[in-house]
Formats: sequence, structure tokens, C-alpha cells
Amino acid sequence: MATAAQAIPHTKRTLTGARVGTLFRRWGLRGTAIVYLVAAIAVPAFAVVSQGFGDGMASLKSAMDTAGAWEALRLTLATSAAAAVINAIFGTLLAYILVRYRFRGRGLLSAIVDLPFAIPTLVTGVMLVALYGPASPVGQALQDAGIKVVFAQLGILLALLVITLPFTVRTVQPVLLELDTAEEEAAQTLGATHWRTFHSIVFPALRPAITAGALLTFARCLGEFGSVVIISGNITGRTLTAPVFIFQLAMSFKPQEAAAVATVLFALSFVLVLVTTRLTRLPTEVL
Amino acid sequence: MSVATADTDLGRERLHQHRRRRLLHAALLSVSLAYLAVLLLAPLAGILWVAFRHGFADIAQTLAQPDVRHAFLLTAIIAVITLVVTTVFGVIVAWVLARQRFRGKSLLNALVDLPLAVSPVTVGLMAVLLFGRGGWFEPWFSAQGIQVIFALPSMIMVTIFICIPFVIREVAPVLEELGTSEEDAARTLGASSTHSFRRVTLPNIRWGLLYGIALTTARAIGEIGAVLIVSGSLQGQTETATLYIYRALEERQTASAYVVALSLAAVSVLLLGTIEFFKRRASRKDGS
Amino acid sequence: MSRSGSIRVEGLYKRFGDFVAVDDVTFTAEEGSITALLGPSGSGKSTVLRMIAGLEEPTAGKIFMEGEEHTYKSVQERRVGFVFQHYALFRHMTVRDNIAFGLSVRKEPKEFQKKRVEELLELVQLGPFRDRYPDQLSGGQRQRVALARALAPKPRVLLLDEPFGALDARVRQELRRWLDELHRELGVTSLLVTHDQEEAMELANTVVVMHEGAVEQVGTPAEIYDHPATAFVAGFVGAANVLAGHVAEGHIQFGDDRVAGAGHLEEGVAAQAFVRPHDVRLAGSTPHEGSVVAVVDRVSRLGWLSQLTLHLPDGQQLIAQVPKDETEGIVEGVKVVVDLRNAKAFPAEAQPEHAEAAV
Repeated sequence: MATAAQAIPHTKRTLTGARVGTLFRRWGLRGTAIVYLVAAIAVPAFAVVSQGFGDGMASLKSAMDTAGAWEALRLTLATSAAAAVINAIFGTLLAYILVRYRFRGRGLLSAIVDLPFAIPTLVTGVMLVALYGPASPVGQALQDAGIKVVFAQLGILLALLVITLPFTVRTVQPVLLELDTAEEEAAQTLGATHWRTFHSIVFPALRPAITAGALLTFARCLGEFGSVVIISGNITGRTLTAPVFIFQLAMSFKPQEAAAVATVLFALSFVLVLVTTRLTRLPTEVL
Repeated sequence: MSVATADTDLGRERLHQHRRRRLLHAALLSVSLAYLAVLLLAPLAGILWVAFRHGFADIAQTLAQPDVRHAFLLTAIIAVITLVVTTVFGVIVAWVLARQRFRGKSLLNALVDLPLAVSPVTVGLMAVLLFGRGGWFEPWFSAQGIQVIFALPSMIMVTIFICIPFVIREVAPVLEELGTSEEDAARTLGASSTHSFRRVTLPNIRWGLLYGIALTTARAIGEIGAVLIVSGSLQGQTETATLYIYRALEERQTASAYVVALSLAAVSVLLLGTIEFFKRRASRKDGS
Repeated sequence: MSRSGSIRVEGLYKRFGDFVAVDDVTFTAEEGSITALLGPSGSGKSTVLRMIAGLEEPTAGKIFMEGEEHTYKSVQERRVGFVFQHYALFRHMTVRDNIAFGLSVRKEPKEFQKKRVEELLELVQLGPFRDRYPDQLSGGQRQRVALARALAPKPRVLLLDEPFGALDARVRQELRRWLDELHRELGVTSLLVTHDQEEAMELANTVVVMHEGAVEQVGTPAEIYDHPATAFVAGFVGAANVLAGHVAEGHIQFGDDRVAGAGHLEEGVAAQAFVRPHDVRLAGSTPHEGSVVAVVDRVSRLGWLSQLTLHLPDGQQLIAQVPKDETEGIVEGVKVVVDLRNAKAFPAEAQPEHAEAAV
């Protein structure tokens, strides 16, 4: 009996010793992470999808039959796309001057570009209304000129542009920083003008980053609520966007219909986010 | 030594080239500044102007109102709880993602990105579907006598959902880049895992972590869409600062709305300062 | 065959803030020749090259190409071919498109572009690689493409900025030989920046030795080697022993010994004598006028020659390279009598970097 007990100790010790400790720690941590993410994210997400499409397409159909539904969807897609394009252009420009130009206040400018990450979207809406609404002299002047910003689609676009201001800038900036100016110098020695150099050498290198910025902008705009709900006036059929529409459905006790539309929107966004963050390995702040 | 002066042909050519370049610089700079002015700077000025039109006394008065103070307090409470939860669990998830390899990791990775793609109204909807009338978990909670929806718990939960990715996405890459060598060294010197985490890992991820925390705070303070759906908007009870602004605007109390909005804007500018500070420290660390 | 132009640089001066990178540089690169700008890193040679290309603007000075002043012309107008140390190939374009770029900028007809590209591909022997991308090529191949690209628009002048610096030793040798042949064939005026003196000596017709922004000497490789004008050139180009002493009656005196060659220096001044290792000759067994007695510290047999590490009575070290046969019976500790030939004397100043003789 004694010998038998002595014959086993080796295995016994390793199991009860350090290995158990690390095993537990490893699985303990992994388990915690998994439970956290599943409980906090997967379950709620699943709830929306299953509630929205639990009875097939019925909820979605019913939702889209509501007045202003299609217009809301179209408006959201259109304004998001417009914002993505404009953001791509100006974002590239901003990135270019922040990286390539030296001027006083460059650091401050860079910080200002990040401001939309810090400001609540609701406050953005309020700021825009304060300046461009009919109560302010600027707003009045615009209205006299026939340009309606508040309670109009232009206001929506403006709000989206503010919210997504940093996006393309932040995707393009690191790429520009890493670019080797030797290629551009080589192009110049071969006779290329400034513009030709940008077009043939710099732009192709930036294209993936610009595209990523545009796609992320688009995905972010699809779901924007806080600023749009303030500035658009939410006029059904005219300035009502999809997120506000979902909000209205939810508040009028039609959760399944809201869930159906919400699922469509978030599926589109999710795919875009996954694709672009994988492509550019971007840190979160952009969203 | 000969230097080209303006009255030589070559000197003129050189000045001409310089001038062209400077003109291009100036043009691009002006366009960029104009863009920023229209979108950000002018509106900021606008809100300042509206709020101050009513004078300092009015501002102080508004901010002293119990409703307003309670709203700020609630915002702070939610932000702090969100911060703590997302930081603690965020570091754990970041560690698991950066240091461990297992099947299904890419799925977990995708899950972390999910909240970024969801509109806040959808998040509010999720809470309603789970905890509202007829919701999946509602029966259990009402049996316990706990009010989740239209009360603080759900407001905290939706804010957490929205803020989950920030800390994780800032800390995980830093952990990956750091590698395990320092922690291994600590272990050979006899440090336990928690000890090595506290004395070795934590200082190394410090700036990325703080950056993520700053982003989380800004996002939590600014949340409106989701809390609007789950809060029930009971004035003085379940109203955050953003909800206060929303309701004040609806009730045409524009002055108070603007004052509170301005306060939040001021807080965000301060927060921006810390965000930029941590961001710079974080990127400097990895040698860029 | 394009007419190849000469390059003339006068009083070139470049300052970056407080730092003077190029200080009063003047030289001429003859039409059709290869001129090397030789110097250690930081000597300003790359800056001179970039100013000639137009990539930097001189603070003062003039640049002429084919007799015409180009000092403030834009890069594009100068029509120079430039080859970068790290190739700078357009990574998003194929080899073919890279080479054609200079032609496409000039809006040459497509047919002509195609023909010229094929010509150059054959010249650099990279025909099968025409549709590859730069990241699919080796370092040596990339540099050949870079050369082809620079030559495609028939530039009047070819500027090369340490073109082989990023390549490993064997590839460097091959490409050096290849560039030499290419130059013989094409005859384009070339200006080559390098820190490798072997390269400069092998390839160049004229060498401009630079140090800390200034020109130390301009001459043929033989002139630079045999008749260095300054202590720096004596120490930098080729191996050299440096003996410190002072001037006494036209000789440099160190300890009890002296070596001739200081006639041009002031009496009593501290000075240095530079003697090449192969100019330290074994001279029999009896000391005579002009010889020194040294003790052998180490004998290294290196194939056909032997390297003797000696030390002189006053403690200074001397390295001699002699044919193997002459060193029969010489071992450590033995005293030998040596002649120091062709000593170059200079006033004692800053130590040049390559004062130690090396094999």
C-alpha cells in the first residue's frame, strides 16, 4: 500500500501544483472574457435579430408599410453616402496638410479635428441649430438666401459631417506618415509635376485608407441619432431618418417592427465595420 | 558666394517658384480651415454666444437648479460605473485576445467590434426587448422586485454595451506589441501572476489604457439615443444631462437647454485635452 | 545618342539652420566622364548631389549644366537621371510602367514608349521581369530597374546617390562592374556619390574628396592616392600608417628617428607623416641613413603577402605589408630594419577616420 502511494506522487503533484494554477487562470480569464462578451453583446444582439425576424418577414413588412418608412431608409442611405464622399475628400486634404505642411497651430488643428470624438452628439445638434437656425443672424441670412439648414436635409448632412469629421483624416494620416518621399522625388526627377506626382504616386498608396475612411463614415452615419434628431425636425417623409424612425416605432410599442428595421441597418453597418477594421487594423476611436 | 536677388532673371524665377508653392499651401490651408470653421468652430462660437446672451447670472442660476444638478450627478454616476466595468473586463478581454490562441478567437474579436456598428436606438431597443414588458428577462426581475427598464440599471447597461470596445481596442494592440518577455522575466524572479500584472504589465499599458478610459468617459457622458428609450425620462429622477437637454428643448426651455449643452461642451473640450495627452503618450511609447 | 553635358558647380553653399552642410564646393565634371563624390557620412556629398538635381535649393553658389545656369530651375526642368540609394521604385507599378514613367510624363507616343522600354529592359537584362512588381524583385534587380527608369528619357546627366549602399558585398561588386561597362557604352556624364573609396577608385575618372562639407581634393584616382593634398585625404583614401612627431630640418622627427618629406613645413611644428603599408620596406640587417629599427610584434601570413605589425623605439605602431618571400625567418620579437618610402607630411590636425592600416 505504501509503495503504491509512493508510485503515484509525481503525477499527483503536477496536477495539483503549478499546472492547475495556470490552467485555471487561463480558462478562468478566457471564461470570464467569453461570458462577458456573450452576455453583454451577443445576447442583446441576438434578441434584436430574433424578435425582428422571429415571425419571418412579417414584422419587417409591417414596419416598411408605415408612412415614411421607405423615405426614411432612402434618406439615411443617401445622406450617409454623401457624407462618406465629402468626408473622404476633405479628410484626405486635412491629413495631407497635417502631415506635409509646417505651420503655426498645427498641433491645435490636429486636436480640433478630434473634437467630435469628445462632444456628445446631442450637443453637436444643439450647436448647429444655435448657429444655423432661424434664431441666429447667420441662420437668418442663409434663410433669406433661400438655404434652409435646420429642419431640412442639408442640416442632416451637416450634422453627419461634423460627427464623422475625424474619420478619414485618421485613417489616411498614418499611411501618409509612412510614405517614403523618395518615390515622389524620383517622379519629380523624371519630370512629373506636383499634381502628376500626387495622382500617380501618392494617391494610389492612399486609396485603401481613403476607402476605409469612407466606409467607416458611411457605417457610422447609418446609425446616427443624437444630432440628427435635434436638427432635422424629423418630418415624416422629408427629414425623418431610419434611426429616428426606429426610435418612433420603439416608443409606439412596436418593438418587433423596430427590431426588424434595426437588424437590417445594423447588419449592413456590422459588415462594413468588420471589413474595414480588418483591412486597416484601426483602433476604435474612429467609431 | 553669389546669391540670386530679385533683380536677376534667376532670382525672379526662384521667387516665382517660391511664391507659387506658398500660394498652393495657403489655398489648401484656407480650404481646410474653412471646412473646420463651418462645421465646428462657428457652431461652438454660436452656442457660446446664445448661452452668454442671457448673461453669467442666468447661467449660474440654471446650473444651480436641483433638476440640472441631479442630471449632472446621474451622468457622473453612470459614467463612473460604466468606466469601472468596461475597464476591468476590458483589460481581461484584451489580455485574452492578445495573449491567448484558441479556436473561435476571431469570433470573439468580431463581437468586440459589434457595438461600434449598432445605432444607439437599437441598443435601447435591445434593453426593451430583454427587460421591458414581455421581455426575455423581465419576469425574473419583476419577481425579484427589481425595476430595470425605465430605471437606472438599464441606463447603465446600455451605456456599458456602447462603451465596451474602447478600452479593449486600445489595450489589446499594446499588449500584443509588448510581448511576454518582461512578464516571463518577472516570473523567473518569483513574481506571482497578479504581482507581475500589477508591477510589470500595468505600467506598460498605462497610456493606451488611459486613452481608452478617456474615450469611454466621453462616450458615456454623451450618450442619448439609448438612454432616451430606456429612461422613461422622469424629471429629476432618471434624467441624465443629455436627457435634460432633450426634454428642455422639447418644452421650449431653450435657455436652460443651451446652458447645460454648453457645460457639456466645456467638459468635452477638457476631456479632449486629456484624450490628446494620453493619445500622444500612447503613440510615443511604441516608438512612432 | 543623346548629347551628354558637363556639370560645373561653383561656390556651392548650403546651410540648414545653424548647420553648414556644404561649404564653398567647386568642381567640374567633364562631359562623358564619371566623377565620384567621395567622403564619409555627413561630408555633404549627398546634399551637393541633391542640389544639382534640384531636390534641394542652395543657400548660395551656382550650378551649370552644359554651360547653362540651372541653379534655380525646377527639378522637372533639369532633366537629370537620378538613382536613389533605396531604389525609390514606384511600388504600385510594374517594372515596365516604372521604366516608362519619364516617357509617359513627356507624353511620348505609346509605340515609342513600348520600344524604348524594351530597349532598356534588354540593356539591364531584365526582360522576363517586365510585368513584375518591385516587391517581387531582389535588391540588385530593383537597382537595375531604377537605373533603366532614370535612363529612359535620355537624360543629359546621371546622378547616383550611393546606388549600391543597400546591397550586399557580392551584388555590389557585380553591379559596380556592370555600371562601368554601361558607362563605357552609353557615355552619359555621371556623378556618383559614395563613401566606398574602392568603388570611387575603380569607377571614376575624377574623384572629389569631401569632408565636413568642404572639398579636400579634386583629382584622378592616382593623384588622390599618390599625392594626397591634405592629411584627411592621405588617411581616408587607401590605408596609411600615421606617425606623429615634429618638424626638424625638413624631416619629421619621432623619438630618435626621422623620415624625410617635410621640406614644405615650418621648423618645429608638430606634424604627422603618412606612410602606406606597402611603402614600409624591409632593408637588410644594418641600419643606414633614412632607415628605422623596429621590433616585430606580430606576423600575419595572408596568402601572397605578409603583414607585419611593428613598433618603433618611441612606441608608435607601424604596419608593413611585404611579399611573403621577404619574411623568411621573421618571427615575433625580432628586430628589423625598415625604410619608410613616400612619406607624406602634414601639420598635425584632426585625426582622419581611417588611419589604421587594414588588409
